[in-house]
Amino acid sequence: MAADLGFGVLIITFIVSIYSIGAAVAGTRMRSPALIDSARLAARVTFPLLTFVNLVLIYLLVTGRFEFAYVYQVSDVSMPLYLKITALWGGQSGSLLFWSWMLSGAAALAVNQAWKSETQFTPWVTLTVMITLAFFLLIVTFVENPFARIWATLDGKVFESMLRPAGAFLIYPPDGVGLNPLLRHPGMLVHPPMLYAGFAGFVIPFSFAVASLASGRSDNAWLRISRPWALGAWTFLTIGLVLGSRWAYDVLGWGGYWGWDPVEVAALIPWLTGTAFVHSLIVQSKRQLFKRWNIVLVILTFCMVIFGIFLTRSGVLDSVHAFSLSSIGPMFFVFISLVFIASLSLLLWRWKLLASEGRMESLFSRESAFLFNNLFFMLLFLICLAGVLFPLLSELLTGTKMTVGAAWYKRTTGPVFGGLLLLMGVVPLTAWGSSSAGKLGKRIWLPALVSLLAPALAILRSGLNWSGITALWLITLAALLTLFDIANAVVHRMKLQKESFPAALGRVFMKNRHRYGGYLVHLGVVMIALGVVGVELYQTQTQQTLAKGETLQLDGFTVAYKDLFQYQASDGRAVTQAVIDVSRNDRLLATLSPRSDYYSLYQQSVTVPGRLSNLAEDLYVVLVDWQPTTTDAATFHVYHNPLVNWFWIGAIVMVTGAFFAIGFPGGRKVKNI
Amino acid sequence: MADEIPPGSKIKPNQGFRVNKFVVGGILIVAAVLLLAITSLKGNAQYYMTISELQAAPGKWEQNVRISGAVRGGTIQVDSKNGYITFQIVNIPGDLKTIEQMGGISAVLHQAVIDPESAALTIRYRGARPDLLKDEAQAIVTGKMQADGTFAADDLLLKCPSKYQAAPLE
Repeated sequence: MAADLGFGVLIITFIVSIYSIGAAVAGTRMRSPALIDSARLAARVTFPLLTFVNLVLIYLLVTGRFEFAYVYQVSDVSMPLYLKITALWGGQSGSLLFWSWMLSGAAALAVNQAWKSETQFTPWVTLTVMITLAFFLLIVTFVENPFARIWATLDGKVFESMLRPAGAFLIYPPDGVGLNPLLRHPGMLVHPPMLYAGFAGFVIPFSFAVASLASGRSDNAWLRISRPWALGAWTFLTIGLVLGSRWAYDVLGWGGYWGWDPVEVAALIPWLTGTAFVHSLIVQSKRQLFKRWNIVLVILTFCMVIFGIFLTRSGVLDSVHAFSLSSIGPMFFVFISLVFIASLSLLLWRWKLLASEGRMESLFSRESAFLFNNLFFMLLFLICLAGVLFPLLSELLTGTKMTVGAAWYKRTTGPVFGGLLLLMGVVPLTAWGSSSAGKLGKRIWLPALVSLLAPALAILRSGLNWSGITALWLITLAALLTLFDIANAVVHRMKLQKESFPAALGRVFMKNRHRYGGYLVHLGVVMIALGVVGVELYQTQTQQTLAKGETLQLDGFTVAYKDLFQYQASDGRAVTQAVIDVSRNDRLLATLSPRSDYYSLYQQSVTVPGRLSNLAEDLYVVLVDWQPTTTDAATFHVYHNPLVNWFWIGAIVMVTGAFFAIGFPGGRKVKNI
Repeated sequence: MADEIPPGSKIKPNQGFRVNKFVVGGILIVAAVLLLAITSLKGNAQYYMTISELQAAPGKWEQNVRISGAVRGGTIQVDSKNGYITFQIVNIPGDLKTIEQMGGISAVLHQAVIDPESAALTIRYRGARPDLLKDEAQAIVTGKMQADGTFAADDLLLKCPSKYQAAPLE
């Protein structure tokens, strides 16, 4: 009964979204404010409606109604309550429903915002967000229905369907397949909602850009409204990406956090275009430049969000012959193409209107730095897009399917990331308008000289590793320049206002949240880069089989195999746990217990590494194998990951800075563009 | 050109000289990255094929390829002394349409593993045994065929269909 109600409301929501689209179009053509308001209200109603539908699906999951194919696939009796609830986004149809709910929430907020601040935008914002929502509801309602039941016929055929197929009867499985134990990590449970929140957030700047173009406006109103949305979306997308990395580091046991898997790259692509946008919008608001380009970026980001959902959810990446289209593939393909062509035509139609009011003066000005920032992010975007599409491109061009992996991505993106680090450091020293190489040089030479200490130290400690010392030099330079600029502002204020250091620091940050929040993000990026360099360029590893009492050596660490024991945990895991002593220079640093949990119910083992972790490095010990009965010998894979924890610290700093820039914490509304 | 405009002129010098700097700088950077991307393809890009295609391909010994197949759980062997694992993967169709017609990827993997006639390939992989390496998992391996007919994998990617899709109903 509940499911029929849920499905009924889902259909109603789809109809409401279609109505909203129709009313927005009719309202604009007939110049009827009443119709436009009706479209807006319809858009707002989709949120409570979809909230109800999501609650119904949660109810089915929590009560264990395994006759529903979705419930059967993603949950089982033994799962704790919170896992049953998060199973809402654990599979394809549920996650599409969940994403639709988030989108409707963002839509409800956005249409109201348009109504209150830029009434003229209302029909266009409503139209854009509702077309997007209607597209996903179409898929959830008619193709990937989470309320489909499992049916069987007497001759043994099994169907998934909402309605009863002729001659079939309903199956009530006693238990479901459940969630793979590998995915039961707090980071992994929160990872999808964060990504989806980011994806949904980027739909709103797109809808305001469309509204601005359609209403023939050339001012920055759309940008002013879009900025907090874009920053918020960017922040959530960042959190989502980092949580996914943390899961990989904690669970997958290969000592890394990013594998350039196509699914990962698909989520990174909208982040890259979104990052370019949150930078280039500053130039438009300060200098009236890049007006057309900002629209292009928003269109690209929107299309890449839809493309990312398509890649991660359609299953095309499971196939060797990637991109032969599955059932929902053609729908996505058509939708993305239509959106891309329609929005680009809209931009070309208004092309003249959006001429830059200012112009670029100097190669060493700040707007020029932003230009190159955008160029670098576009290059990263194109590299990633080309990498994901490479099987398709190579088949089209040469007739053979080829693919690229992590090694190609690393080699190609590495120098571009380096260039971005350099730019990031130099930008605070540049000035808007005109500037010259000489002025820049005067301000840069001292920090540049000091920053040479870092590569010197690295050479002393680890020898000549050219990529390593270049990267470390760029990282130190970027950090120093950013800190110098903050210190300058604080010292200036201390002198001028006779304030104490903490007071001046606080005021400097509070007075220009966008700028100093941005600097915090940059300092976070510097830390992340440090972690990346540590793992990518200075990681060492070894795998050895040890008898009890034997030791192995890695980078000055002595790892001793002490003991191994096995036990049955109360939740059904069979645990094999080793006892490892880690010491350096005969001093015991830690006792680690790397283990392997076997979940017999799911026939799945989960490797839990033992970790000695501090700001300088991680020693990451994986129990690979052991002799089952005697436990005399066991095999260990040991990674030494220098600086890796700066990756996680940097991520926290980055997200804090982004929230600060948006206006949290602080209460007072941020002064906008 | 910019220097032909008399001093004090109010005409905006249509950015001729200035834009050129940006265009030249931009083109140089784009060209450098493009060059890097293309030269890195050598040795870093692999042919993507099914087991049957690999075994039918002439000159299969030299190419660096990427293969997808279904893991036969009973054949997984861990040689921890020498630090490698060996296992068999069997052919699955590479075409998504075919996979969908056969009832989805989990059904395809199941069918492939239980069918004794499936074309099989023995994989040798240096490294720890991944948690996802088990019966009927989808393995995507990158590496080269060896003279002894086994496949030396540098890279092993595993996809477990139960992550998102149902196991076939009993």
